[in-house]
Amino acid sequence: MKQNIFSVVRNRFNNGHDVKDKKNQNIPKDLLFKCTRCGSTVFMDEFVHNGKICPKCNYHARIGARERINITVDKGSFIEFDKDMIASNPIDFPDYSEKTKGLREKTGLNDAVVTGEAKIRNERIVIGAMDSNFMMASMGSVVGEKITRAFEFATENKLPIVLFTAAGGARMQEGTISLMQMAKTAGAVSKHSQAGQLYITVMTDPTTGGVTASFASLGDIIIAEPKVLIGFAGRRVIESTIKQRLPDDFQTAEFLYEHGFVDMIVERSKMRRTLAHLIKLHKKGNLEGVTDNE
Amino acid sequence: MSDNITTAWEKMQIIRNKNRPTALDYIPMIFDDFFEMHGDRYYGDDHALIGGIAYFRGLPVTIIAQVKGHDLAENQYRNFAMPHPEGYRKALRLARQAEKFGRPIICFIDTPGAFCGVEAEERGQGEAIARCIMEFMTIKTPILSIILGEGGSGGALALGVCDELAMLENAIYSVISPRGCASILWKDASKEEQAANLLHITADDLIKMQICDYKIEEAENGANTDPHYTAENISKFIFNSLQKNLQKRLDELLELRYNKFRRIGEFETQGL
Ligand SMILES: [Zn+2]
Repeated sequence: MKQNIFSVVRNRFNNGHDVKDKKNQNIPKDLLFKCTRCGSTVFMDEFVHNGKICPKCNYHARIGARERINITVDKGSFIEFDKDMIASNPIDFPDYSEKTKGLREKTGLNDAVVTGEAKIRNERIVIGAMDSNFMMASMGSVVGEKITRAFEFATENKLPIVLFTAAGGARMQEGTISLMQMAKTAGAVSKHSQAGQLYITVMTDPTTGGVTASFASLGDIIIAEPKVLIGFAGRRVIESTIKQRLPDDFQTAEFLYEHGFVDMIVERSKMRRTLAHLIKLHKKGNLEGVTDNE
Repeated sequence: MSDNITTAWEKMQIIRNKNRPTALDYIPMIFDDFFEMHGDRYYGDDHALIGGIAYFRGLPVTIIAQVKGHDLAENQYRNFAMPHPEGYRKALRLARQAEKFGRPIICFIDTPGAFCGVEAEERGQGEAIARCIMEFMTIKTPILSIILGEGGSGGALALGVCDELAMLENAIYSVISPRGCASILWKDASKEEQAANLLHITADDLIKMQICDYKIEEAENGANTDPHYTAENISKFIFNSLQKNLQKRLDELLELRYNKFRRIGEFETQGL
């Protein structure tokens, strides 16, 4: 059924006089994907079939937090933490309560991060994924608290933690309280690190602002998906400061890799495998031929 | 001076006064024998963020400070107090030295924010701030932070991970500049005043939210009218706070510092 709709649209597209026809130009937007990196327009089914990766330029587009966890961990192994935690409105910011309520209904998410424990190739881990569908994955109290609790759980239970980061920055609707979440999460990272546990950051599109300037940049290993946006300041802010257009590759995963801030760029299709290997490599081992007790 | 009537916006006008004293003005009034130290040992020396060693009433301390200029030339030299990554890396280097030699650290915050530019991104502005924040959490010596004027976002917080945070009476501490907030919220940067009064960024607001611990009184009509009076009050705060924090065992100090930030956040549970 769906297939038919796509082929109808495709035929219209391929058919010169049809495309010129005004009526037919109104192809529903959700049937097409326009790449924010290279500007190409491709059919949504092709894009989705490709794992939400632009077939033209390999830009790894955004995917939701639950989808991310699903494609990363062992089937049925995920146990969610704090799933009922929702935002309050600490400084009575206009329309904030309505906005979060509306987004909870629309997205099925309670806020911009999903955390929990899971297994990856049978190794127990703590995992978190941010979701840009919820207020551009900005960090307020809920994101800060859930990330902090995830680290605290990982520290207590001596577990590695994998975080898929995404964020437009701090959540201004919670004022200075959101700024403090940067310190709170960084403190929790520090305790986990001092307990000798592994933290892997996977930077996804977009990782910017206060999240970049706190827990996202503090992983023992920092991975990025190809072509994603990573930075501290917004591109437009910089462009208006220097009054110049920035090159297209500015603040991409590859730019960060080149400048020494990312360990590796990993394709989505190889992410689960890569994470599993890295987690295994951080387990204690023995030199072959040498027995435990000397 | 009673400032119950001053709004966030009015305070912003006071701290924008170009004669408002900076850390460099206060240092000789509060400390003796200040030696400035330079460079992050990786890239360069940031003029927006300075640091060094001095005596505070006979006790050696490390000072780390963001510094604005009083005129355009000085502001250009100081990059309007907006540090690059090397500024934050210098701060961390000096903090580590303070820890090594058992000196308390006194941070003076006064910045619109970390610098937003091409080179700042190339050299890892996000990473530099993140590391500063994380490492300050476990520096084994007392840390006091005082916001002199503008406490702008992550670039201010990098010097704000401390055992006690004080704000001058007219200082502000915000996650976003009111101007930036207005342009996002109403697509109109000129509604800065409304945004400023919305964001809860004054010392009184932040004391209520338990983010700020202490408000330091300024002279009537702002610190610039009587810098010595304000310096005296800053000095009193430092003395009292050091006295209190130097008595704590290091593990206790660090646990309290962690919890100072750990408890900040307001949320609800659905269905309750
Ligand atoms: Zn593309």
